[in-house]
Amino acid sequence: MSYVGSSVRRIEDRPLLTGKARFAADLCLPDQLHMRVVRSPVAHGRLLDIDTSEALAMDGVEAVWTREDIREVPPIDFRMPWVEGLERFRQPMLAGDHVRYVGEPVAIVLAEDPYLAEDAAELVFAGIDELDPVVDPVAAGPGAIETTVVEKAYGDLEEAFGDAPVVVEMELAVGRHSGVPMETRGALAHYDATRSVLEMFGAAKVPHHNRAAIASMLGLPLGAVVLREGHVGGGFGIRGELYPEDVLVCLAALRLGRPIRWVEDRREHMLAANHSRDQVHRIRAAVEPDGWIRGVIDEFWVDQGAYLRTHQVTVTELTTSMLPGPYAWPAYRSRGHVMLSNKTPCGTYRAPGRYESTFVRERLIDVIAHRIGLDSAEVRRRNLVLPERMPFKRGITALGTELTYDSGDYPGLLDRTLEYLDYELLTADLSRRRSDGESVGLGMGFFVEKSGLGPFDGVKVTVDEAGHVLVITGAASIGQGVETVLAQVCADTLGVGIESVRVRHGQTDDLAYGMGAFASRVTVMSGSATLIAARRVRRKALEVAAAVLEADPGDLTIDRGRVFVRGSAGGPAITLGEVAQRLRPGLTGGEPGLTAEGWFRADHMVYPYGVHAAVVRVDPDSGLVEVERLVVCYEVGKAVNPELVNGQIAGGAAQGIGGALLEDFAYDESGQPLAATFMDYLMPTIAEMPEVEVLLLEEAPSPLNPLGVKGAGEGGITAVGAAIANGVADALGCPEEVTRLPLGPERVRRIVRASLKGVSGVRPDPRFDPVS
Amino acid sequence: MSERTKVDVTLAVNGRPYRVRVEPRRTLADTLRDDCGLTGTHLGCEHGVCGACTILADGQPVRACLMFAVQCEGMDLRTVEDLADGDRLHPIQQAFWDNHGLQCGFCTPGFLMLAAGYLEQNPDPDEDELRAVLSSNLCRCTGYQNILKSVRQAAEVMRA
Repeated sequence: MSYVGSSVRRIEDRPLLTGKARFAADLCLPDQLHMRVVRSPVAHGRLLDIDTSEALAMDGVEAVWTREDIREVPPIDFRMPWVEGLERFRQPMLAGDHVRYVGEPVAIVLAEDPYLAEDAAELVFAGIDELDPVVDPVAAGPGAIETTVVEKAYGDLEEAFGDAPVVVEMELAVGRHSGVPMETRGALAHYDATRSVLEMFGAAKVPHHNRAAIASMLGLPLGAVVLREGHVGGGFGIRGELYPEDVLVCLAALRLGRPIRWVEDRREHMLAANHSRDQVHRIRAAVEPDGWIRGVIDEFWVDQGAYLRTHQVTVTELTTSMLPGPYAWPAYRSRGHVMLSNKTPCGTYRAPGRYESTFVRERLIDVIAHRIGLDSAEVRRRNLVLPERMPFKRGITALGTELTYDSGDYPGLLDRTLEYLDYELLTADLSRRRSDGESVGLGMGFFVEKSGLGPFDGVKVTVDEAGHVLVITGAASIGQGVETVLAQVCADTLGVGIESVRVRHGQTDDLAYGMGAFASRVTVMSGSATLIAARRVRRKALEVAAAVLEADPGDLTIDRGRVFVRGSAGGPAITLGEVAQRLRPGLTGGEPGLTAEGWFRADHMVYPYGVHAAVVRVDPDSGLVEVERLVVCYEVGKAVNPELVNGQIAGGAAQGIGGALLEDFAYDESGQPLAATFMDYLMPTIAEMPEVEVLLLEEAPSPLNPLGVKGAGEGGITAVGAAIANGVADALGCPEEVTRLPLGPERVRRIVRASLKGVSGVRPDPRFDPVS
Repeated sequence: MSERTKVDVTLAVNGRPYRVRVEPRRTLADTLRDDCGLTGTHLGCEHGVCGACTILADGQPVRACLMFAVQCEGMDLRTVEDLADGDRLHPIQQAFWDNHGLQCGFCTPGFLMLAAGYLEQNPDPDEDELRAVLSSNLCRCTGYQNILKSVRQAAEVMRA
């Protein structure tokens, strides 16, 4: 049987179902101390004296540290440094002369008990001379700090815009929201004297990178630091980046010689872990009357928050590279201003730069369609990159790689979607419902995703003498099903049952290098590395078996761990375990052990693509938007486990609905966060979710990896904001007024009022106020 | 905190008595996790919204983060660790496994206990009821549709 391509049940589920999982907060060590972080209560100010005496006097408080105590520790470096010279914008471990956002770490308390640590933290008093905060860096103009500008361009814009028959210009914005995984962050560090290593549990996403960063920051040899990833309660881009708390836990463990445990609470998480999105775009398109877009100029501002963290300007970089999406626009320029403000620093969140730019681009397309009087699906079709131009070189870079769409049939996928929707019937039905008085509409968004970021990943496959298989990967597992997918690839390639395969990930002492789990890269990179490693093991096994069975290796096959001559399963055979026994050192002249490493290298990313379509119903009185249907048509090249891919898409779609309608890290004018609990930061429950309809296409396999796969981690979210916004515009009959996400009730009511004032065909309702 | 402020409590969890010495302010969730060693009950928000800490108290689904251990003496408490019968998964656990009803698995114990408590009292819920009940917990990975599918399947199996 072939495991690849079939929806086998996950091999990692049993501990998660039975309460036996080990998440960061589930771990304890004898004699541990608990860390509590004292955080700035104000958005901006000069940090004066910090009085720790009362806290230190409490029985059971071991230490209280402020900036003075950790002077030798440098700020955390950029993991992805795309632009030089931005080091001065990095965040210190603990606030120095200034505090710059509510929630910035000012001091840490180390105590015998977590309740006690929290009590003591409340007694640490930081004198702060408050300064005016920058809450909206776009409106603040020269009062705000612009760290850098990221620009990408191709083609002749003068020619495109020179005598353009139609120019469409818009301002579009996406609010501030983020991954908000269900598990908050946590870490447990101790110095293990038996092995002379500093060991930290609670790593995720990029353990190998973080190990190197911690070693360097604390002045330790690389081999003296081990990071361990256990169960991880969701990643979504934000979890597993290196944060000050991780380093402080390690530093305290070294200095105090005791294990240090830190578990973030939810309020801290909302203030301290990376936010994301938060962009304002001013975009302009030069258009022919037939819908052909000659060129696009985009200028945008990213509210990065108070500091540049590990991602540096990754989101801005991705926004500029991915904004053209599936379209063949001959000329394009995008300029992203990376602005600082007195808010929580930002990083990546699932489909970073693509959720935002897809909203901007696809909203623009609908407005263009409205202006020139064409159907928006038709405008999309007329601008798509055609299959005969694949691989399609855009002429710009993305994350340091040449932006080249590897394969695809964009018009084909659009057709498939329209066919599935029964487009003409559906739009006619919606139009009938509208004339019956309902505010219903259909919105679409076409997008190109990126996945499989290199440059490498490695996997080691070993068969023991009983025939059990161990796959060790440098990737990380944040809950997405890595173990199962790698086990499927390994089992097929090696010829064993999946139940004999175990997968270990996220342990930095297992494998010298590991890139981790982000950018929809694991199945592409580690899946391919697994294939390569398992092939090498298979080759080695066949050579040994051939000698034993007196056959040619080419005539042998392996099935459920038994090697035999192809076509004679009942004949002489040797098990992989028996092969391993013959490969003990001393018995073999070659490399001992039935084991091999496989390394997969990639210089280019692979580009999945798809369409989201949303049918929405708006209640104009309450401003509530209900998503009646959400259809995702997505090309992944090859689905190793279709059920897992569908799960990724459905989960991404839910997060997309959150960002489109509900989630908003709002701030008041003094920089105080207004959404620091789950009472104010609203995430979708099942009540807000339609049954997501997934059309999974496997028609354009990637030529860039041996599995033909394209990543599936992010395509579920990418165009949800765009599709819902276009749906709301359609439902309200006001194509141009929907310009900002999230579309919460207040914003929708404002749009309704605007449409009642200006748009013909809608009878003004005297209950609504005039627009101010 | 000095020993004087702690009180002795005996909790009946999963049919077994746990004698613990806790401060009155100590939540049931922290007590289960840190004093009883039952870390299957997860804390996602500690303010009663996400439901990851849902357990059964006298058969009713409750948020363990919103209760104090000292309130729970004499109650019959059940946590996720009690669902499976040795190696045999409970029908709800089995259904979550069969239907890919979990990804990271952090919210899963809360959903399992919510569903267990509900289905024990309402063996044949309709779709709307089920959606209403499941809307009390948050999941950030699955988009909920496989959770709904799982609980539907579990209800069928449990009725049979």
